Amino acid sequence: MAALINVPAKARRGDIIEIRTLTSHIMETGFRHTADGALVPRDIITSFTCRYNGAEIFRADLFPAIAANPYLSFFTVAKESGKFEFAWIGDNGYTSTASAPITVE
Amino acid sequence: MSFWRAIAVGALVAAAPALLAGEIPSDARRSGYAFMGPDTRAMQDDDTANPGMLFVLDGEALWTKKTGSAEKACADCHGDARSSMKGVAARYPAFDKALARPFTLDQRINLCRANHQRAAPLPYESRDLLALSAFVAHQSRGVAITAGDDPELKPFVAQGRDLFMQREGQLNLACTNCHDDNFDKRLAGAPITQAQPTGYPLYRLEWQTLGSLERRLRSCMSGVRAQAYDYGAPELVALELYLMSRARGLPMETPAVRP
Amino acid sequence: MPTTRRQFLSLAGGVTIAGTIPIVTVRTLQATPAMLNTAIRNIVGEAQIRTGKVKLDIPPLVENGNTVPMTVSVASPMTANDYVKSIHVFNEKNPQPNIGNFYLTASSGRAQVSTRVRLADTQKVVAVARLSDDTFWQVTAEIVVTLAACTEEMN
Repeated sequence: MAALINVPAKARRGDIIEIRTLTSHIMETGFRHTADGALVPRDIITSFTCRYNGAEIFRADLFPAIAANPYLSFFTVAKESGKFEFAWIGDNGYTSTASAPITVE
Repeated sequence: MSFWRAIAVGALVAAAPALLAGEIPSDARRSGYAFMGPDTRAMQDDDTANPGMLFVLDGEALWTKKTGSAEKACADCHGDARSSMKGVAARYPAFDKALARPFTLDQRINLCRANHQRAAPLPYESRDLLALSAFVAHQSRGVAITAGDDPELKPFVAQGRDLFMQREGQLNLACTNCHDDNFDKRLAGAPITQAQPTGYPLYRLEWQTLGSLERRLRSCMSGVRAQAYDYGAPELVALELYLMSRARGLPMETPAVRP
Repeated sequence: MPTTRRQFLSLAGGVTIAGTIPIVTVRTLQATPAMLNTAIRNIVGEAQIRTGKVKLDIPPLVENGNTVPMTVSVASPMTANDYVKSIHVFNEKNPQPNIGNFYLTASSGRAQVSTRVRLADTQKVVAVARLSDDTFWQVTAEIVVTLAACTEEMN
């Protein structure tokens, strides 16, 4: 399953940069029923974290009210070259990771 | 004097293309994009915010993945899709000589799977089929639609047009009643568009996923309380073909985002 | 292949949709203002919640409640001594009152988060920010959600 990460490839030290992530996930709410009345079990991403050279810079708890294929945008200060690591954790043992490099001058 | 004027008028009528009642002239054709709000437009415009691009990425991976008993990938025959598939989706549905009927891009992908990859067909609206057709159609983004130009398609375009004009369902509405006669007005809270299929498969906020033009047509049919045709039915293919030929000249937008 | 209109009507009680699209319905099940209040108190505790500093950007008239773009921002210098620790977003009428919790740091640079949310109905959305001095600030927005004209999930 794909994830789309948007991090500037280069930034100046001290710049405030936007990080955007979009990942494939159905985000089944657990509140829907099939035509014959059976409950469709919940299947959502419950947690997202972003680390910058190992240190957590952003975390989110997600609930069924987050739309399918979750999109998140947030900010950080560019401090040093290295990489951002992203992790999504969810129901039924779901885990997914991605990373993106950055050069800070 | 009036004699000459009559001849001039007569010549004009004869020279003009057969403009059918209710048909939208080419310079007045507008994509569904033009009917959306700024937030939904922004979602389509930015590839890293457009959820349809997740499917295009999946399709890109499938393009080079060997499959079926022939152990062949799409790329083994078609090479780099960026050049080999550019403009292809803008010509679909296309005429198949062997089958003597038009077929959609989804059907083309499954024909390739059967004939060349020796793989099982992908079900309609399955993630893999949508991903592959989104990836292929994405290569035509910005290319003007020319579907229906093949003279062999003429009777099928006409069939699609008849279906478009035909009232159906408990609400007794034809496609044309909304999409030729009443676009720019609203149905409940939603704007009525011209039904120009420029961005399929597209990400519909309502669906929260990518879907085909056939899925959209089936929703419309449910909307007018009609029995929807089955996926792949000749009637749906004909409608798709007519809609694409009706959108002639508009640029492809796949993967579009729509409310 | 296509069945007649009459055959279809007899089917209408249990609409069938081919392919892999699940047929699902949402039963009326709503969070209440009391649940919204409880959810906020679970985060805030007994602390006072002040109005201000927080801004909630949601289109006033939503095109489709299933995917609504939303941005929350907080007026903060985002320095080591004065920053936003977290942002919490709630709704009034979805089945559950929580939308998301977002945890920032002093080096976030800007206290702003965007996502896309589901709003089952016209309702109130509340965003609460916790600052580094453990004060809480909130904003409330009333969002009008219109329903799509032609949906597959017809009954």
